[in-house]
Amino acid sequence: MTATRPDGGLLRAAVLGVVALGLVLPIVAGLWQTARAGAGVMPAIGATAASLEPLRALVALPGFGTALWLTLVTGLTATALSLLLAVATCAALHGRLPARAAGRMLTPYLAAPHAAMAIGLAFLLAPSGWIARALAPLVGWDRPPMIATVNDPAGVALILGLMVKEVPFLLLVILSALSQLPVRQHLAAGRSLGYGRGIVWIKVIMPQVWPLIRLPVMVVLAYSLSVVDMALILGPSNPPTLSVLLLRLFQSPEIGLLLPASAGALVQALLVVAAFGLLWGLERAGRALGRWWVRRGGRGLSAEPGLWAATAVSAVLFAAGALAMLSLLVWSLAWRWPWPAIAPESWSLRAWSSPGGGWAGALGNTLILAAATTAISLTLAIAWLEGEDRARRGRAGWAEALIYLPLLVPQIGFLFGLNVLFLRMGLSGGYLAVIWAQALFVFPYVMIALSDPWRARDPRLDRAAAALGAGPWRRLFTVKLPVLLTPILTAVAIGIAVSVAQYLPTLFMGAGRIATLTTEAVTLSSASDRRVTGVYATLQAALPFAAYAAAFLIPALVWRNRRGLVA
Amino acid sequence: MRLISAASLIVALSAAPALADWQATLDAARGQIVYWNAWGGDERTNAFIDWVGEQTAERYGVSVEHVRLSDTAEAVTRVISERAAGQDSGGSVDLVWINGPNFLAMKEQGLLFGPFVDGLPNARFVDLSPGAAAAMDFTVPVDGMESPWRLAKFVFVHDSARVDAPPRSMAGFVDWAAANQGRFTHPDPSNFMGATFLKQALVELAPDRAALLQPATDDSFAEQTAPLWAWYDALRPNMWRGGEALPANQSVQQQLLNDGEVDIAMSFDPASTAAAIAEGLLPETARVFVPEGGTIGNVSFVAIPFNAANAAGAQVVANFLLDPAVQARMQNIEVLGSFSVLDPARLDDAGRAAFAALPSAPALPTLEDLGPTLPEPHASWMTRLTAEWARRYTR
Repeated sequence: MTATRPDGGLLRAAVLGVVALGLVLPIVAGLWQTARAGAGVMPAIGATAASLEPLRALVALPGFGTALWLTLVTGLTATALSLLLAVATCAALHGRLPARAAGRMLTPYLAAPHAAMAIGLAFLLAPSGWIARALAPLVGWDRPPMIATVNDPAGVALILGLMVKEVPFLLLVILSALSQLPVRQHLAAGRSLGYGRGIVWIKVIMPQVWPLIRLPVMVVLAYSLSVVDMALILGPSNPPTLSVLLLRLFQSPEIGLLLPASAGALVQALLVVAAFGLLWGLERAGRALGRWWVRRGGRGLSAEPGLWAATAVSAVLFAAGALAMLSLLVWSLAWRWPWPAIAPESWSLRAWSSPGGGWAGALGNTLILAAATTAISLTLAIAWLEGEDRARRGRAGWAEALIYLPLLVPQIGFLFGLNVLFLRMGLSGGYLAVIWAQALFVFPYVMIALSDPWRARDPRLDRAAAALGAGPWRRLFTVKLPVLLTPILTAVAIGIAVSVAQYLPTLFMGAGRIATLTTEAVTLSSASDRRVTGVYATLQAALPFAAYAAAFLIPALVWRNRRGLVA
Repeated sequence: MRLISAASLIVALSAAPALADWQATLDAARGQIVYWNAWGGDERTNAFIDWVGEQTAERYGVSVEHVRLSDTAEAVTRVISERAAGQDSGGSVDLVWINGPNFLAMKEQGLLFGPFVDGLPNARFVDLSPGAAAAMDFTVPVDGMESPWRLAKFVFVHDSARVDAPPRSMAGFVDWAAANQGRFTHPDPSNFMGATFLKQALVELAPDRAALLQPATDDSFAEQTAPLWAWYDALRPNMWRGGEALPANQSVQQQLLNDGEVDIAMSFDPASTAAAIAEGLLPETARVFVPEGGTIGNVSFVAIPFNAANAAGAQVVANFLLDPAVQARMQNIEVLGSFSVLDPARLDDAGRAAFAALPSAPALPTLEDLGPTLPEPHASWMTRLTAEWARRYTR
């Protein structure tokens, strides 16, 4: 016993050190640099006096107010609607659909990168897009209708795009939270007291689910408020949302604009903090109101149709997502596909046939980055969890918050400052910088994906191995990791999906030199050739799909004679 | 006779060290990888850049890595942030496809390497005399800080199957748009092409065209642009989506034309329409048109940042781009179809033959079709124009 203590302590210290230096430090230092520039201090460009001038310049930019408003409306609406739909769909379908089938159905939507989804949706929804083409012969449009369905000034297309990605994510999060609750018993008890199914969900089950999904909802909120790639493709352009406006400022040839851009990055961070505050306030209000409402004892039998309506909306979103992904593949194989043809007039493999001309290099970079970031993140996650095991301690609240930190701070808030630091260290523009920056976002997801299965595994196996004389390392490599093969591979797939989807970290840290499928797809989405864009976006979506498929197939093959380990 | 030989002697004398220098540049360049930062939104340009890299690798041992930008400003920002971080050598950008305000910004801030153009052997095929198209960039003297590579001239594109009488002047766009509600748009003026559209209108509508060649002042700007804003206010309500949303750049607008969402697109490359038809990106009936008064034109350049890690290799690439055989290949409609920057009068027989052998296409305009070339206003006009447009039309 005493022999394992120092070992566990060493491991824990090492993990803590790596997380502090590799994860927390870059974010804090990046934020600090951005804050300094935002306050007017950037000696390298001759700005030394701290002032509010950058903020003033930012506010004076044409359309700044609208951009701020747009960001709030799109971010809050997308999050609220996604949560509402996910909860309602869960309430309507839970117990009626096997959990594993549901998980499998959701996987493709989680795997599809935001940028690829946005590119597909842009074609699906456009006035000259797939839906309009299908309607054209029925309605008699000889020209695309004059309705702004994509890049609309109100940001509706952006909200829809975010919802297509976030509803499946929240569904999965809620499903996993539900697996920890005795839902069936609660429902039975509620129904026997005469409550409608929907009301039991709202009054009994959701209050228990909420603490378990609060952090993921905050991640969705922070993401929706600061998304760049989707907003570039689907969002309004004049003015755009705040994050896109800031990206334009950061990339402007006028160096003076770096200061207001940095101030804007701080505003963006404050916006997210304010949104968290709003969430907290709503939670408090909900708690007070909820108690009163529960005590009132309404049976709410009429909620059921609302649940089914929400489920239908979710189904439409899912269908839109599937069609969007399909449209990417079809475009990559098309030659001429003019309005109002519903299928290409002529087909060609030309977009695919010159890998040397672009996509092979981007695919190679994407693979390298995904492999490196996932390997680092997985090693760190396993070391962390093993450290917890050896210390026989659960996770402190601050540690949980630490894991979520990179997902809660808007990327644009610290990436610019971090890039300045990396430049000074001579790291910028290299693989190391991009791997580091991407790992900041890959690690949390890998960690979150692995934590629950790690804790849920059968502890008797460890004890049996220890009783047979296996030391901690042997137990880790011969018992724990093999038993956890399925969740580890799932975590790997999630890591790959997250790495592949990274846009801003790759763009900023790679100095544009490291072209990935995502950076190329976003660049090409503002070009004229949907066929080439289709190739990149298809590949971009195919990589995570392949990773998820492998996570599903490998355990089935390896454990073909160990039925209990496959699930 | 004596005068000529004396002149050629001077040329030979002055050329000798230059050629020796060039050999030194070639030696230094061997084995370098040039990171060419260039707008990546056009597949044919991308393919041409790839071809250039293959050729320079084979001939000079200089390979080219195309860094695809969605906006040239990205490369400028990169150089700026490198200087901000004190990185004065070994920078990440070796060569930039650049012109106009981006060039002005880099030149004014001392972010460029050079002058280097006079040292390029192939510069002798270009007219670099003061005031020549390739010696000025938006009225700013180039001073050898950037090397020309392709010619740009503003043109409009329409689908002749849908539109039989496109507008014949910039003023005519107002009536045309009123008669064809929602069928016209232009790229966002924060984009180069959108700003060019406004400049084209400014050049036609300004009370005193000569004032545009001087740096803009508050007074001259207000005076010269007043008719432009009146014209735009009349045009805007009848534009695609009421002018509230605009395509991000000309590629997106070309896609809108192909999708049938609008009837007119625009380009800075007269050959791009024929090229796009061959690529399957526009209908066979797409044609180029220009207003009767002519359109503005300019030259695209490549420049080398002051901290470029591979400046020698970048010069070799810049020189290779001026090779008559390369320029003829670039002008070939089946390859890129971009007009050459070389002065036909300075070409040798082989160079002339290369250009004479180029194929034609129905949608490819002749030089006569394109009308007169109008000079670009001073770069300060474009900056003010886009800022004022943003102030007026951003909610």
